Amino acid sequence: MNAELRELYQQVILDHNKSPRNFKKMDNANHFGEGYNPLCGDKIDIYLKVEDGKIEDVSFQGSGCAISKASASLMSSFMKGRTIEEAEELFGKFHDLITGKIDESQSIEDLGKLAVFAGVQEFPLRVKCASLAWHTLISALKEENKIVSTE
Amino acid sequence: MTTKLIIPKPEKEIKSFNVDKIREDFPILSTIVHGKPLCYLDNAATTQKPKAVLEAINNYYLHQNSNVHRGVHYLSGLATEVFEDARVKVKKFINASSTQEIIFTRGTTESINLAAYSFGRSFINEGDEIIISEMEHHSNIVPWQLIAADKKAKIKIIPVNDDGELDLQEFERLITRKTKLVSVVYVSNSLGTINPVKTIIQTAHSHNIPVLIDGAQAVQHLPINVQQLDCDFFAFSGHKMYGPTGIGILYGKINLLESMPPFMGGGDMISKVSFEKTTYNELPYKFEAGTSNIAGAVGLGAAVEYISNIGIDAIAKHEKELLDYAGEVVSRFDGIKIFGNAKNKCSVLSFVFKDIHPHDMGTFLDFEGVAVRTGHHCTQPLMQRFNVPATTRASFAMYNTREEIDILAEGIKKVIKVFRQ
Repeated sequence: MNAELRELYQQVILDHNKSPRNFKKMDNANHFGEGYNPLCGDKIDIYLKVEDGKIEDVSFQGSGCAISKASASLMSSFMKGRTIEEAEELFGKFHDLITGKIDESQSIEDLGKLAVFAGVQEFPLRVKCASLAWHTLISALKEENKIVSTE
Repeated sequence: MTTKLIIPKPEKEIKSFNVDKIREDFPILSTIVHGKPLCYLDNAATTQKPKAVLEAINNYYLHQNSNVHRGVHYLSGLATEVFEDARVKVKKFINASSTQEIIFTRGTTESINLAAYSFGRSFINEGDEIIISEMEHHSNIVPWQLIAADKKAKIKIIPVNDDGELDLQEFERLITRKTKLVSVVYVSNSLGTINPVKTIIQTAHSHNIPVLIDGAQAVQHLPINVQQLDCDFFAFSGHKMYGPTGIGILYGKINLLESMPPFMGGGDMISKVSFEKTTYNELPYKFEAGTSNIAGAVGLGAAVEYISNIGIDAIAKHEKELLDYAGEVVSRFDGIKIFGNAKNKCSVLSFVFKDIHPHDMGTFLDFEGVAVRTGHHCTQPLMQRFNVPATTRASFAMYNTREEIDILAEGIKKVIKVFRQ
């Protein structure tokens, strides 16, 4: 496999695509967001349980490419136990990472496993795939409860 | 004394076809992508342009450029001549009865919008109905929705069966006294289905309903004879038939076009302007406000000539062989589902794997040099019909080869290996 491609489709991403974590509907969610990319038709629903400004539980459903699915899966595990402020800050860092504003080594401390998405830097067309779940999460936290579009 | 030898002519003469020679006419086909030779299979999105088209455009700007229909000077006369000559070529290509029926537009989308807006403004009223189909491109849905909303008219949809064919019985049931227009696609850009447009036109005409045919995916693959089809409008683009972008055609029957108001107002479309009253220019200029894409028209004319020289029947035969071969090779993959299994089909192979998203497929294939389209192909209602968010689409043109289909298949094999490891 080509090196750039290997960088994008890392084993962790392929694994989360195959068996996504927290991939279910949450019955007792108190926040919900619906994400949609009209360019490719990717759809992600995010369910949240937020208590006292803290994310207690995250789950998601939907369909999309390996990048968007793995991003949602990794994000969902990563977000449990974080405060709303932390979530927003992490999204800023994640976005900087995938758009090439910071590199993998600068992000590994804060983003941990999510640093695998550094490969997206070389694929500007796939930034939206990697960020769809995040946009939806932020919208769900704000309880806008509306469809988030990447456009 | 001379004797005349009469050799019976075959029913349809198909010219000999040399794909290697054709490929030499398309310099872009020798591009190297990620270290691999380009294998361009995204022709339903846009085709590549032969040197003849590029040279015609270049020559126009180098030696003929001026504005048309206006000046008395040498270059203006020359530009008008080459512009109108392109119109004659298009007229012959689709066998229209007059050049007055050939309107230059920016492309199929503008052609359909012109028809929807101008025809709709005059002939569609509250409570009227427009029939389209479930397999339409957004460009043959949204213009009608706009006019329907404006006029409080209704849109009715011809359903598609599981093979990707139109349900013609249901079509007949949809027709009422209120039906004012039928607008359907000739060849589906997502499925490759060739619709029985002649039957559709005959049925609609038996109720005195005019028909618009979206021919964007037909002109480059099938011989088109608008008089034989008897369609009332026929819309297509230059860039999907080896011509440049930004130029297209709306064919309309002369009587119908005469009865319609202008689409846009401006220069060139008027006969006389005063602040009290403006009279409009004759056809087709009534519908060509402002300076047209003259170089684009010249390029389209060259594309028409290029296709005609190779022979549309020869092209169709070659592309059919490619499609059959591709279908055979690709259907061997475990877990593949091919969309569009119409009996009558051309040039498009649309497929999905349950466990591999089209975008991932497209990205991996790109690294094999293979250009395919992934997504909903601007046919979201059709995607909903088949309950998929997106497909991978390989679409073929006259310059594609069996070897390229082998490369596509090899590429798919590699993607499967990565995703099913």
